[in-house]
Amino acid sequence: MSDLIKKTAAELAAAIAAGEVSAAEVTQAHLDRIGAVDGEVKAFLHVAADDALAQARAVDRKRAAGDPLGALAGVPVAVKDLFATAGMPTTCGSKILEGWVPPYESTITQRLRKAGAVLIGKTNMDEFAMGSSTENSGFWTSRNPWDLSKVPGGSSGGSAAAVAAHEAPLALGTDTGGSIRQPAAVCGVVGTKPTYGGNSRYGVVAFASSLDTPGPFGRTVLDAALLHEVMSGHDPCDSTSIDAPVPPVVEAARHGDVAGLRIGIVSEFSGDGYQPGVMTRFTEAVEVLEALGAKVTEISCPHFKYALPAYYLIAPSEVSSNLARFDGMRYGLRVGGGSAEEVMAASREAGFGAEVKRRIMLGTYALSSGYYDAYYGKAQQVRTLIIRDFDNAFSQVDVLISPPTPTTAFNIGERADDPMAMYLADLCTIPSNLAGNAAISVPIGLAPEDGLPVGLQVMAPPLADERLYRVAAAVEAAFTERWGHPLLAEAKGLSGE
Amino acid sequence: MPITRDEVAHLARLSRLALSDEELDHLAPQLDQIISAVAQVQEVAADGIPPTTHATGLTNVYRADEPVPCLTPEQALSGAPAVELQRFKVPRILVEE
Amino acid sequence: MSELTTVTYEEALQKYEPVFGIETHVELGTRTKMFCGCITTFGAEPNTHTCPVCLGLPGSLPVINERAIEYTIRIGLALNCSIASWCRFARKNYFYPDMPKNFQISQYDEPLCTDGYLDVAIGGKTVRVGIERVHMEEDTGKSLHVGGATGRIQGAEYSLVDYNRAGIPLIEIVTRPVPGTGFLAPEVARAYVTELRDVLRTLGVSDVRMEEGSLRCDVNTSISLAGSDVYGTRTETKNVNSLRSVERAVRSEVARQSEVLDSGNRVIQETRHFHEDTGVTTSGRSKEEAQDYRYFPEPDLVPVAPAADWVEQIRASLPELPSARRARLIDSWSLSELEFEALRNAGALDAVEATVAAGASPADARKWWLGELARRANDSGIDVSELPITPADVARVSALIAAGTLNDRLARQVIEGVLDGEGTPDEVVAARGLAVVSDDSALLTAIDEAIAANPDVAAKIRDGRVQAAGVLVGAVMKKTRGQADAAKVKDLILERLA
Repeated sequence: MSDLIKKTAAELAAAIAAGEVSAAEVTQAHLDRIGAVDGEVKAFLHVAADDALAQARAVDRKRAAGDPLGALAGVPVAVKDLFATAGMPTTCGSKILEGWVPPYESTITQRLRKAGAVLIGKTNMDEFAMGSSTENSGFWTSRNPWDLSKVPGGSSGGSAAAVAAHEAPLALGTDTGGSIRQPAAVCGVVGTKPTYGGNSRYGVVAFASSLDTPGPFGRTVLDAALLHEVMSGHDPCDSTSIDAPVPPVVEAARHGDVAGLRIGIVSEFSGDGYQPGVMTRFTEAVEVLEALGAKVTEISCPHFKYALPAYYLIAPSEVSSNLARFDGMRYGLRVGGGSAEEVMAASREAGFGAEVKRRIMLGTYALSSGYYDAYYGKAQQVRTLIIRDFDNAFSQVDVLISPPTPTTAFNIGERADDPMAMYLADLCTIPSNLAGNAAISVPIGLAPEDGLPVGLQVMAPPLADERLYRVAAAVEAAFTERWGHPLLAEAKGLSGE
Repeated sequence: MPITRDEVAHLARLSRLALSDEELDHLAPQLDQIISAVAQVQEVAADGIPPTTHATGLTNVYRADEPVPCLTPEQALSGAPAVELQRFKVPRILVEE
Repeated sequence: MSELTTVTYEEALQKYEPVFGIETHVELGTRTKMFCGCITTFGAEPNTHTCPVCLGLPGSLPVINERAIEYTIRIGLALNCSIASWCRFARKNYFYPDMPKNFQISQYDEPLCTDGYLDVAIGGKTVRVGIERVHMEEDTGKSLHVGGATGRIQGAEYSLVDYNRAGIPLIEIVTRPVPGTGFLAPEVARAYVTELRDVLRTLGVSDVRMEEGSLRCDVNTSISLAGSDVYGTRTETKNVNSLRSVERAVRSEVARQSEVLDSGNRVIQETRHFHEDTGVTTSGRSKEEAQDYRYFPEPDLVPVAPAADWVEQIRASLPELPSARRARLIDSWSLSELEFEALRNAGALDAVEATVAAGASPADARKWWLGELARRANDSGIDVSELPITPADVARVSALIAAGTLNDRLARQVIEGVLDGEGTPDEVVAARGLAVVSDDSALLTAIDEAIAANPDVAAKIRDGRVQAAGVLVGAVMKKTRGQADAAKVKDLILERLA
């Protein structure tokens, strides 16, 4: 592995700005890495090699001219294929959009470009962000770099895997029910779900509009914070984005400290269904936090056990409507003959996978006249109760913690056709999406029984994202010292590692 | 209350999904299982609890009535499967709205 | 089955009472669309006014046009509605090629304005039409249906869709059912739409041209047995594209429904299509199986909660509405209802008001605009407001008559001159030499000539038969080519022969 790809984004940005290495060299090193390992990892749906080098050379020209450089100038970023990127295909992991090149660009990728980041390619994902393993991708399943027979999590599995495999130091994902935190946990990287509305959804293809949150992946807490800061902020093109200053996440990431912090363990997130090794690591993390001076207590959030069913009513309802536009009339796959009605139905049948079809029908059901009150309506009331549980908890503690997901990476194929089993991966992450909180997953070690990564989830109230980074940075520092090396150095899943 | 295969077929039609019989056989029981699971929300006593549709609490987000440049017709039509007279060509529509 | 009825409207009204309701869609005259910054100008080349938002491209998001909210509140206030202190948009889900997202952002159970009314004057009485709601939504794209014989969907091979109009702000105004209008139902329906149109035009929120589609009506009609409490099954009639069609649609539907009931069948709840050429409706989509639109609150938009002081500000800035203006003018000009209607129907209200403001009396202003000028406008096939003469001109003519410079006949010639582009009234008077002869000596010369030429008439007058003076007046008028004040001439003659 070349040295350049071992460096963090922070190190690369500094080195490029100082002229120690060119942006083109950094991008080429990552393209080489992709070439070397992506045959196994299968993280990328599209590698924008020429485009990326052109972007990198533009950064080098700016530096040579003495022009000011953006915060991420020359740093390669892998982009989940849910973000509309002008000139690069955007498939959302679906056959229905195979080959579609948007005539416009998402606000977040525009901000990244402005900061000088090099968009190196589009990553694989569960179709339209529905899934926890990338097995629902219309194209292929990505692999976990720790063990190629395991899933990298989902739906942002490609982005997590790309970062874990050193194919890019940073990646963009989205988190609707855990789709950043769960893949981050099972791939041993850092992933954050920012406060809902803390950044722009404009140009991010909608899955569940009231829950979707774009967010960062990095191998370190500081790296994730750097991307978090660059991508965040109000956007007048997104009515649900919050007009408030971006929380000082980079500052917090540089000063990890939990002395005196009140930390609550969510008592509902343990017990049956939780892998013993996951709980072992979690308990250890609690001890570390206490040793660092945090005050750890247990908090009960009694309505959290209804979060999963509420989510699997709200999200499918919104997506059943959001995905109606894919009908073969204006863009995307068009198959079949006959009337418009027939062509729409045939195109959607051919273009969508099973999970998408399940959720569309589930959503259609939940919104149907006669069922609305009992299903969708009720779920939105449960949502209020979950928010109240969080409010109550945060009146007693500064952050909440739990495992991000009950198990380590499961085997490819193990849950593929068992939707209910697949949904359980989101048990711990979903409440934060329903409430719009900020939450992060930071690696805390490997499960003893399978040697696979385990993460720690930290949750904070809306707009208190910096607390996540403060805690995560402290945890990272403590554990890295204990291990003597970054956790990822132990990943031996790829041949030639 | 279980959902029948016929009801699933109806949902498929409403959602413009031309499911094959095999798919219907496969998906219907799965949907039934999922619906039974999510019905759990009905256990929650929620009388008088207001529903939450937006977590942010924002209201009154507007834009000024000022023009913004449009896409060119080429851009607008760029993904279209069929184009004629600078319009999206679509198959014959059966039922008038 | 033939759609032409054998039962006439008059026959129907012997047994049944009609009830109607009207749903009106109004395109707002904002510069940009409801949820994006694309311009709204009519008649552009296809797909030149679109963007990711109004095309519904994956990843696009709507943002509410503030002016559209303001206009909607304005409309609600003018229709005496309550304005919601908090409301949301909702998605109305159905698949149709002219709707890019296959859902329409609309309002469902939380309209911005509710519970209002519009008073409609008809035949000297007032009918209060209840307004159930005024809500906002976005318009769809427009399709050309190719291959069929009629250009309509039936029989077409394919359709061509233009999304320029997708996303145009649309207001939907829904009345409550209007019972108790009896025989006048069609006229009341028409009068309601007319009054509504005038209100909207006065508010400046839309150019309300039915022929361009910026004002569209769906007419709901039902009939019930006279004296019954229960409303009959209603049908919805679409494609009602003019005021006259509103009236005809109600009339024909009432007749048709009564024939259906008379023959022992029941009226089917359905959507019908109005045909301008035949004046009847034909069956469209059956509404028996009501579409389930699966409404839910629009998650991409946050609630609309107009501040109370903003609403009051809008209320304070409302222009004088047609009904208030009507009351004011009837009162200050001492008009009857019919006289007012005549003015309104001639489209002359603005002109008359402006002429009065320029100094003429209401009676004079009305006389000119309803008489000579209305005639000229009619002949040229234009509105009185389009005539090349200003209210100030008319007021000037009126003033010249009052001053004795012109008489009626001369004034008509002056008006003609102004209309023909010869200049202002004063310029025309000067150029054509049309001023009344006010110089007494010139008049006296003419008078003496007339007396000399008509000695027997002069004798009669000296005898006291003053009516005979008319002949001499006529002669003098002829002599002066009408440029004399007839009354003055008569006075001088009588003086002369006293």
